[in-house]
Amino acid sequence: MKHHVIHPLTYFLVFFTLLILTGVTTAVGFYDLGRWNTVVALAIAVCKATLVVLFFMHLRYSGALPRLVMLGGLFWLALLIGLTLVDNLTRGWDPAPRGWETTSSAQRP
Amino acid sequence: MPESYAVAAHQFDDLEQQQEASSLGIWVFIATEIMFFGGLFTGYTVYRTQYFASFVAGSHLLDLKLGAFNTAVLIGSSLTMALAVYAAQTGKRKALVVFLILTMILGSMFLGIKFSEYATKYEHHLIPGIRFAPEGAYPPQMELYFSFYFAMTALHALHMIIGLGLLAVLVGMAARGRFSPESHNPVEVIGIYWHFVDIVWIFLFPLLYLVGGR
Repeated sequence: MKHHVIHPLTYFLVFFTLLILTGVTTAVGFYDLGRWNTVVALAIAVCKATLVVLFFMHLRYSGALPRLVMLGGLFWLALLIGLTLVDNLTRGWDPAPRGWETTSSAQRP
Repeated sequence: MPESYAVAAHQFDDLEQQQEASSLGIWVFIATEIMFFGGLFTGYTVYRTQYFASFVAGSHLLDLKLGAFNTAVLIGSSLTMALAVYAAQTGKRKALVVFLILTMILGSMFLGIKFSEYATKYEHHLIPGIRFAPEGAYPPQMELYFSFYFAMTALHALHMIIGLGLLAVLVGMAARGRFSPESHNPVEVIGIYWHFVDIVWIFLFPLLYLVGGR
């Protein structure tokens, strides 16, 4: 069997790194950093997820096909969230075109 | 171990090919799961950007320390699952059974803590639609935040429960000596599923418990 066997020490190292990152993100949660709370929390979550995918889920040692499928899943997720937000976050940008003034911006969804 | 288990199923050339096929299969399933949870995450993101203050108020009613502890418990269960795969790869039958059972214990602990949190929400009248009457003034869309909280954590908990069932089957198979270093695809595949459920929680924790600083 050519299958790669990861040494348990690697698993323990990943585990402790994940615990430390959980501690950091929780500690940051007790401070109000405005928008940066979201940025820091998501950045740490992405780091943790990457560690789990690469080592616990063995993607670092797997062939090209599983990696492609994983990236495909993330790509469609990015489309789903990205394109939805492109609509949602830009709705307030433009005033309504002429002739549509009867609907005030407050009434628009 | 019965010899027949070390032989590839008849549609495969060899065990290696069978292993690659099952690995690809579980990754395709994980991709559909990303989409499945993705819808909820998208809805969450839309309403969070729209009613941020309500989401902050709702998030601050959760027990952050309990949530962080539960995250650690689930990460611990991922460690024992990874060690179970290692035990299967190296042919350590007893260690495999022990690590699978440890994974089940940690998984059940996570669910226990989660349900105790649900009970607290019920006591505090924070069940949207059924029993929503928090004390004092609260922003109007806080109920929406709790709808997302329950929908997302319950879907995650359902995946945990399914995972526990799969693990129970694995324990039985492992105890009967069904796995060997050459042939243990079910352990690897269910391991990948378990880690995926862990990843979903890794994102749910900051998105639900860490909205705005406290």
